[in-house]
Amino acid sequence: MSYLDDKTPIPGTILFDGTMARKGYGLNKMCYSLNDQAARAEFSRDEMAYCEKFGLTTEQKKAIKARDVIGLLEQGGSIYFLAKFTGGLGLNMQDIGAIQTGMTVEEFKEKLVKAGE
Amino acid sequence: MAEIIGAIGSSHIPAIGVAIARKIQQTPYWKPFFDGFPPIHDWLAREKPDVAIVFYNDHGLEFFLDKKPTFAIGAAAEYISYDEGWGIDTIPPVIGDEGLSWHICNELVEDEFDITICQELGIDHGLTVPMQLMWPGNSYGHMKVIPVVINCEEHPMPSPKRCFDLGRSIGKAVESYEKELKVVVLGTGGLSHQLDGQRAGLINKEFDIMCMDKIVNQPEELLDFSIRDLVEIAGAQGVELNMWLAMRGALTGQVTELHRNYHIPISNTGAGTMLLSNK
Repeated sequence: MSYLDDKTPIPGTILFDGTMARKGYGLNKMCYSLNDQAARAEFSRDEMAYCEKFGLTTEQKKAIKARDVIGLLEQGGSIYFLAKFTGGLGLNMQDIGAIQTGMTVEEFKEKLVKAGE
Repeated sequence: MAEIIGAIGSSHIPAIGVAIARKIQQTPYWKPFFDGFPPIHDWLAREKPDVAIVFYNDHGLEFFLDKKPTFAIGAAAEYISYDEGWGIDTIPPVIGDEGLSWHICNELVEDEFDITICQELGIDHGLTVPMQLMWPGNSYGHMKVIPVVINCEEHPMPSPKRCFDLGRSIGKAVESYEKELKVVVLGTGGLSHQLDGQRAGLINKEFDIMCMDKIVNQPEELLDFSIRDLVEIAGAQGVELNMWLAMRGALTGQVTELHRNYHIPISNTGAGTMLLSNK
């Protein structure tokens, strides 16, 4: 029996498993391509045209447009590939943390510091 | 014969590479973390290992999801650091040891580990940041490196026990290699953190300290955790404990803790640093 057979949700967490990997394949492939500088330039010139090339769904394109990180995760995005998209926008992991938790960046950083106390 | 002289556990957070590039190691935010490394530098200067076996995970540089190995091992003459897409500096090429890599691969498959053997392998921050931490100023030109990549990105992931056993098998393989070599093992990543989801920012200090305590001489007590347990307790990226367990598995002698450091937060993480000797 696989540990993935336990379907009990883990609060605030989406396990990136086969279901999500299938759902997000095009989205993640688009993000993976952003390892390359020329691809990043092309993406910046026309984000939606670039997304079309990788067959992103309407929901995925909407989430890219809105910088909706939770939406992207729900649409099958893997945080490791999404980081190439958000990093290219100049957002670091505390910015991403704030977006996902609905906190300000300062509040999110404070939460991290508190974990050490 | 080759021997494993010790192991170093360390974070591999990209922000560390950025801090090194900006030379801000002595600022209040970074000092408590970087202060954990001089004892390791002294030990490396004294013990002079020839080879570093580095357990890390590839965060989407070499491997996309089209082909995602559970365990992959470098068997190349050199490894190149490439653009990861968001601005972290690359580092000069890292030199490999093809002879030892193939010996380990032969022994692992004999031991029923069905690994992916890589004669080309681009290296990301999972390996480059620890290289910069252990050998400041990229002063690793004398070192040969064997990268060992463990899947921490896509479920299903290998269990803690499986990763420990992989390390054990690599440890045995090294000890049966006929050349006189001193080998250090690096376990990189962790400790507790979660980057994604509404639970982003989770850090579990108590669990991290317990893992650092147990890994010295009771590592088997950490092997009953499932990957799901690690996600629940230590966050979605807390599964990077697997690299520390593989590192510990490679030490088959008498293990002594020589040094440790633990600091919260570095980026979104509880950052552990640890030096173990193996006699």
